Amino acid sequence: MMIYLQLFFEFFKAGLFAIGGGMATLPFLYDISDKTGWFTYGQLADMVAISESTPGPIGVNMATYVGFTTAGIPGSVIATLGLITPSIIIILIIAGFLKAFKDNKYVQHAFYGLRPASTGLIAAAGFSVFALIMFHKDAYAASGNILDLVSIPNLVLLAVLYYFTAVCKKTKGLHPVVFIAASAVIGIIFQFGGV
Amino acid sequence: MNKLLDLFLTFARIGGLTFGGGYAMLPMLQKEVVEKRGWASEEELMDYYAIGQCTPGIIAVNTATFVGQKTAGIAGGIIATLGVVFPSLIIITIIAAFIQNFSDLAIVQNAFAGIRVCVCVLIFNAVVKLWKKSVIDKPTLAVFLVVFAGSAFFNLSPILFVILAAVAGILLKNKEVQAK
Repeated sequence: MMIYLQLFFEFFKAGLFAIGGGMATLPFLYDISDKTGWFTYGQLADMVAISESTPGPIGVNMATYVGFTTAGIPGSVIATLGLITPSIIIILIIAGFLKAFKDNKYVQHAFYGLRPASTGLIAAAGFSVFALIMFHKDAYAASGNILDLVSIPNLVLLAVLYYFTAVCKKTKGLHPVVFIAASAVIGIIFQFGGV
Repeated sequence: MNKLLDLFLTFARIGGLTFGGGYAMLPMLQKEVVEKRGWASEEELMDYYAIGQCTPGIIAVNTATFVGQKTAGIAGGIIATLGVVFPSLIIITIIAAFIQNFSDLAIVQNAFAGIRVCVCVLIFNAVVKLWKKSVIDKPTLAVFLVVFAGSAFFNLSPILFVILAAVAGILLKNKEVQAK
């Protein structure tokens, strides 16, 4: 019972403080991982991939996934309800004075600071994934070989994916699911997991 | 009663048929909510969308609550929101259960090792997109750097940064107004 309450509360907080949609919930999920150990950073990265490749809002998908991983089917329902409860309450309140809210000076000023902060939080979450996949501290500690510290195959794939998703005009408009699927195939062929 | 059912089904369809949420959802909302059912005008929808971005929570959820509330009051707001998350609940739960059962297989582990690299790139691209809209001058650059460093290296709660950034935004803009 306690885990359900805690799950609801953690996602309520994410729903209340994550601003700017989808990816904005990511830093909160890392925070939950740090605090509770319910899931690892690696699992979170997998959840992001699944959430991007399936229909529905990314933030909702991630909440459902985390909830399921933590506490099964009731967990997925509770985490999702926790995430959307603050939205429902806040939106129902401001629906009454929509225009006044949008044009309010203080709301606009707050968002001047909130937008770069949200970007910074997502960048930090992305950095965690980057550090996780690029640096193999354990392998380096075991062998003492500096070449084992950085994962070269991952670095190459990273550069190639960046080219196709952000530089190459022909492919950068494609849906993320295309790149996720291609990465899965490459991972299988070249045994990226080392198994 | 029929209206609530209609709201639920319409938003379930929107949730189930859009990949990526956020902006990807807008064309679908325009078609279903504005053109087909007339629950909101084009301008109202754009307003909801703009405010949905400026309020906490998921944009798609916020927009669903707005449209539902306008169409059928508080119950409508709740039902439309439950509708938009319903497909996610079903689809993700099935996939998560499936992956959990097969996560020990070498092929699954190798696939996800490749996918994690892709996720890293996708997050980076998302940050670049957000950066263009949010880091527009020196003060916003400072906010970005402080939050990034604080969050990446000190493991502080994101809530702390959100509250401080809102206060900083108000103070910085106030100073600007007074200086003029």
